[in-house]
Amino acid sequence: MTQNATPTRVAPALAARAVRRGGRGPTADRLISLLLIAPSLIVIAVFVYGFIGFTAFASLTKWNALAPDFSWVGLQNYAQLFSTIRFQIDLRNTVTFTVLFLVVCLSLGFTLAVLLDQRIRGEGLFRSVFLFPLALSFIVTGVVWRWMLNPGSVQLGSTGVNLLLEKVGLGFLKSGWYTDPRIGIKAVVIAATWQMSGYVMAMYVAGLRGIPEELREAALVDGASSFQVYRHIIVPLLNPITLGAMIILGHISLKIFDLVVAMTGPGPGFSSDVPAFFMFETTFRGNNFAQGAGIALILLVMVAVLIVPYLVYSLRTETQR
Amino acid sequence: MRQIRGLTVLSLLLISVMVAPAGWAGAAKSKLEIFSWWTAGGEAEGLAGMFTVYKKLYPNVDIVNATVAGGAGTNAKAVLATRLTGGDPPDSFQVHAGLEVQKYDPAKYLEPLDGLFTSAGWDKVFPSGLLTLLRYQGHYWSVPVNIHRANVMWYSKKVFTDNKLTPPKTFDEWFKVADALKAKGIVPFVLGDKEGWEAGHAFEAVLIGTLGADGYRGLWTGKTQWTDAKVTQALNTFKRMLTYTNSDHAALTWDGAGQYLIDNKGAMQIMGDWQNGWFQSKNYSGYGWASPPGNAGVFDALSDSFSLPKGAKDRENAMNWLKVAGSKAGQEAFNPKKGSICARTDCTQSLFNAYLQSAAQDWKSNALVPSVIHGAAAIESWATKYKDALALFVTSGDVAKTQADLQQACKGAGVCK
Repeated sequence: MTQNATPTRVAPALAARAVRRGGRGPTADRLISLLLIAPSLIVIAVFVYGFIGFTAFASLTKWNALAPDFSWVGLQNYAQLFSTIRFQIDLRNTVTFTVLFLVVCLSLGFTLAVLLDQRIRGEGLFRSVFLFPLALSFIVTGVVWRWMLNPGSVQLGSTGVNLLLEKVGLGFLKSGWYTDPRIGIKAVVIAATWQMSGYVMAMYVAGLRGIPEELREAALVDGASSFQVYRHIIVPLLNPITLGAMIILGHISLKIFDLVVAMTGPGPGFSSDVPAFFMFETTFRGNNFAQGAGIALILLVMVAVLIVPYLVYSLRTETQR
Repeated sequence: MRQIRGLTVLSLLLISVMVAPAGWAGAAKSKLEIFSWWTAGGEAEGLAGMFTVYKKLYPNVDIVNATVAGGAGTNAKAVLATRLTGGDPPDSFQVHAGLEVQKYDPAKYLEPLDGLFTSAGWDKVFPSGLLTLLRYQGHYWSVPVNIHRANVMWYSKKVFTDNKLTPPKTFDEWFKVADALKAKGIVPFVLGDKEGWEAGHAFEAVLIGTLGADGYRGLWTGKTQWTDAKVTQALNTFKRMLTYTNSDHAALTWDGAGQYLIDNKGAMQIMGDWQNGWFQSKNYSGYGWASPPGNAGVFDALSDSFSLPKGAKDRENAMNWLKVAGSKAGQEAFNPKKGSICARTDCTQSLFNAYLQSAAQDWKSNALVPSVIHGAAAIESWATKYKDALALFVTSGDVAKTQADLQQACKGAGVCK
C-alpha cells in the first residue's frame, strides 16, 4: 500500500493516469520500457560513447606507431597539432567553409522557396529539379565539379566553366578556381551549395506551406507591404526551420571529407584542406594514431558546440509542450 | 526517441564496418594470401605473371589475391594496420623497400629474412647499395621485386628539335632552354601536383643536382644538415623553376600533366619511370628521357618489396612466395609488365623495352640514392613532413621558412640535432 501511496502524494496526476490504464503501477511500466530500450542503450553506450572515451584516451597517449603504446603524454599531441602549419590552415579553412556554406545555402534556399511558393505553373518540376542534387553522393558531385572548375591553361585552352565564360564573352571572369590558393576552399563551397541548397529550399517550402494564409491576409489588410509581411511575419515564423537547417548544414560542413577528397584533395598550399582529410592522412598514412585521435576529438568538440545548444533548446521546448 | 533510433542505426553501421575485415580471413591449409595495392593495368598483370610462376612450382597452393585499390597504397595501408595489430596478418604484404618498413614496427610484427637472403644467394645478385637500403636495425625485412627510378626528366623530342634545343645538363642550361621555350608559348616545366607529393618528388632531383649523391644521401643520415647553404641554393633554384610551370598544375595529376608533352605544348617533366608505361598506354612514342640537371650518374631509386609478417597462417607457402619474388624467373615475369627493372642485376635484357634497358644499365653502374617521397630514404612521419613542406613551398615560395621546416622535420625524426 505504501508503494501506491507515495506516488499519489508526489504526483497525483501521474498516479491517476496509471489507474486509468488499468491499475498497473508506474514502476512496472517503466521497467518494461527500460527493458525494451536496454539493448540499444547498451550498444550505444559501448560503440558510441565507449569509443568516444577510448578515442579521447588514445589522444593523450604516445600511440604514434603501429603498435599501441599507452604511455601517458598529457596534451602533448594537441600541442603538436596546433603548432602544425597544415592543421592551422585546416582550422581556418573549416571556419571559412562553414560560414560561407551556411550563409549561401540558407539565402539561396530561402529565395528559391519564396519563388516556388508563388503558385507558379510546373512547381513540382522545379521542386524536383532543385532537390535532385541532394540524391547524389558527394563523391559524384566532387568529381563533376572538379572537371567543371578545371581552369585549363593558355596552352591547352580553357575547359569547363572558364570555357563557358569565354564563349559568352565574359572572359574577364575566368579564374583559377580551386587551383588558385586564394580561392581554394571557396571553390568547394560552390559545389557544396549546389548540392545542399535544394534541400534547404524543400525545408523552407514545407515551412511556408505551414503558415496559415489568414496571417498574411490580415497583415495585408492592415496595410503591410509584402516586404514587411516577409520581414515581420514569415521569417520569424520560419525560425525553427532556419535553426534546423543550420544544424544539419553545420554538422555536414564541419565534418566534410568526401567532397574535398574527390574534388580538390589538399589543394595548392593546403588551401582546400580540411581537418577530416588531415585526420585520415595522419592516422592511416602516417600511423600516428594518437594525433589522429586528437584531430577526431577536436572535430567532435566543434560539432558539439553547434549541436548541444540545439539539443538543449529542443529538449526544453518538448517538455514545455 | 528519434535521436536514439538514429544513433542505433549509426552504431550498427559501425559494427558492420568493424566486422567486415574478419570476413576475409579463414585461410585453410595450402593457401597463400598476398596483400598488395596493385589492382590495375600493368601492375596487376605483373603480379599475375608472378602468380603464374609460383603456380608452376607449387600447383597445390591456392593464391588469394587480397588487393586493396588506391594509389600509393593509402587505403591498403589502413586495412593492413588493422590486420597486423589484430593478429590476422596476410601471408605476405607489399611494402616500399627502405625505411618505410619502420612504420610496421618490424621487430614486433615482421620476421627477419637474413637467412633467406643468404641461402638464396641474394647478397650477390642485388647491388650493395640496395642491400644497404634494405637493412633496418641490422636485418633484412623484405624481398625487393623491382626497381623504379624517380629522377628522370621526360621531354618532348618534337619540341626540342623544332626549337633546335638539346636537353639541358646543368641548371644554367635548363633556365636558358626554359626561357627560349617560354618565349614560344610552350610550357618549359610541366608539373601536375594535385595529389600533393609531386612537388616533393621533383625537388628530390633538384637536391641531388645541387648537393650531389653523397650530399643528398647525407641529408637522410644526418651527415648533411638541412641548414646547409646548398639546400638554400636548391630551394632558390626550385623556386625559380616553378615560375616556368603550367598554370593549371594544381588541377592535374602527374599523368594528366603528361598530356602537355603528348600535345607538344610542354617540354620537360620530372617524374618517375612509371611515366614510361603511361606514355606507352597512350600510344605516344615521341618522348625522350634524360637525367635532370646535375643528376647524371645518380640513380634515385625506390623499390617494391614483399615481407613476411609474424604469425602468417601459411608460413611455408609465404617463404616459397618470397623465394619466387626474389628469383630471376619471378622478376622477369613481373617487371616487363609493371614497367620497372629487376632488382637483380642478371635479368635477360631482351625482355625489356628501350627505356628499361637503359635504366638497367644505369642501375648497375650509377651511384644509388634513396627516394624520400617513395618511402626509401626516411621513416614515414618524416617523409610526410617533407612532402607537406614542399607542397606549401609551391604556393608560398618562402625559402627561409621552408628550410627551417625541413630542418625541424629532420630533428623531429631524431636524425638532426
